[in-house]
Amino acid sequence: MTAAEPAASRYEAVIGIEIHCQLKTVSKMFCGCSTEIDGAAPNSHCCPVCLGLPGVLPTINKKAVEFVIATGFAIEAKVATTTRWDRKNYFYPDLPKGYQISQYQLPLAAEGRLTFDTSDGPFTVCVRRAHLEEDTGRLIHAELDGRRVSLIDFNRSGMPLMEIVTEPDIRTAEQARRYAEELRLLMQTIGASDAEMENGQMRVEANVSIRPRGQEAFGTRVEVKNMNSMRAVERAIAFEIERQTVAVDAGEKIHMETRGWDEARQSTYHMRPKEEENDYRYFPEPDLPPLLTSPEWLAEIKARLPELPSARRRRYRDEQGLSAYDADVLVNDATAAALFEGAVAADPAVPPKLLANWVTGEYMRLAKGGEGSGAAAVDPAELAALVELVVDGSISGTNAKEVFAEHFATGRGVSSIVKARGFEQISDAGALGTAIDTVLAANPAAVADYRAGKAEVLGFLVGQVMKATRGQANAGMVQNALRERLDKAE
Amino acid sequence: MAELTRADVEHVAHLARLGLTEEELARLEGQLNHILDQYKVLATLDTAHIPPTAQTIELQNILREDAVQPSLAVDEALANAPERSGDHFVVPAILGGEGGA
Ligand SMILES: [Zn+2]
Repeated sequence: MTAAEPAASRYEAVIGIEIHCQLKTVSKMFCGCSTEIDGAAPNSHCCPVCLGLPGVLPTINKKAVEFVIATGFAIEAKVATTTRWDRKNYFYPDLPKGYQISQYQLPLAAEGRLTFDTSDGPFTVCVRRAHLEEDTGRLIHAELDGRRVSLIDFNRSGMPLMEIVTEPDIRTAEQARRYAEELRLLMQTIGASDAEMENGQMRVEANVSIRPRGQEAFGTRVEVKNMNSMRAVERAIAFEIERQTVAVDAGEKIHMETRGWDEARQSTYHMRPKEEENDYRYFPEPDLPPLLTSPEWLAEIKARLPELPSARRRRYRDEQGLSAYDADVLVNDATAAALFEGAVAADPAVPPKLLANWVTGEYMRLAKGGEGSGAAAVDPAELAALVELVVDGSISGTNAKEVFAEHFATGRGVSSIVKARGFEQISDAGALGTAIDTVLAANPAAVADYRAGKAEVLGFLVGQVMKATRGQANAGMVQNALRERLDKAE
Repeated sequence: MAELTRADVEHVAHLARLGLTEEELARLEGQLNHILDQYKVLATLDTAHIPPTAQTIELQNILREDAVQPSLAVDEALANAPERSGDHFVVPAILGGEGGA
């Protein structure tokens, strides 16, 4: 270890990720209050259970349990046959009971894994556990009549959360971001969570430490939170690795603490010392009976799983011949994937790869342009019909793009647009013959040059015929027909 | 036999967000150690043949379907608030950041 060596090669980062996803149930975790709390008046979605009033009993939301079990299967985890809830004790006004109902010793799912692509190739992260818990209320710190107070809204209290914790397998900020992105896609595919980071449906926290390369023991870990986008996840972790590296190099001690990501400053800042796990004094929740998951129930949940992103990527690549890139683009865009699948189903004769090119190219370009209604107007069967016209030479690629743009904007049928715009290529020999005769008669010098051995004149003559037919001739056919005519009538 | 030290008591008081005087800390150190001594008596019982349990009622698998039930009206929800401002509960600002979650 010398100071001249770059820090990146002297130290290795050890990163574990904890992700909280808000589950897509209509009612809360342990009570019947609605989860439609966005934009609702404060404390309008509360009842004695989620306000933590004395004497009430929580009841487990079955669907929330099923979402976690489904996630467990999707990450190839062991799904518990017996599970239990525990109280996690801490005192803070966002938690009306003084404890959060969570799962500690017997999570619903454990020992899973998730594989995803990175710029260094595929990477697999082991998932330690996935469990259910309830969310807390929301605090606003304010000043009231000169006093510093906290205003509490308990609408979020008791919202169902799934916490997914990885082993400390991750070594780079990029791997961390890719893991979070793949998990988000998985949640959305299963329908367990909308997992949008911007509105807090998915919260990513990272435990980051560094150690000299080759050392087994972990360094002191720092928890990083408040990352509100995937980009922020990558940047915050990269920043934290660099901060710790500089500190360790300067002989400073790393403190166990929770740091927040400051998006404006692009740096992390100290929030509070991190409490030890013991400090939460977990103990079994006496108000909830244990839950035994029957093999029949588990099989039913497993059978309901949709095709998962990894399987879909594989199918697109191996069965439909798409590039890894196109497969990934489609898998990450549910609307585009549905259009692609619909078009393949509508006309199995059209090569899927060509359809994928149209979807990832023209369709996504126009969809990105903003007209949301436009994207909805696209009919998969019409896309298949259009690509078929290009394949059989009835329409040029350039004109096809115009047709698609009009279909995208209006939903009008492809054949009707082609007719209205006069885009049908002249492919029948008779119509083409007349145009060729005219061009040959008008260009005797070029004809003579060609016959004198100047083959490159052919290009000029093809251009003239295309011009005469206003671009509607099939260029390949024109070239063949011209050659045939010129070579024959010597 | 481990005894609770003054530092342990201060730590537990901190977790409970209790500000205690020297006198209270000294008294609680004695009381908590007395409670621990009583548990040590319980710990001498042979429980090897009894499976661990967190439950005194023999129930399992009490689940409810995911269906919305009416919530309280805002005024009802806030009826026991120590203080309210608009539709919010008001409590003194707690320094030292959020809890676990
Ligand atoms: Zn409620």
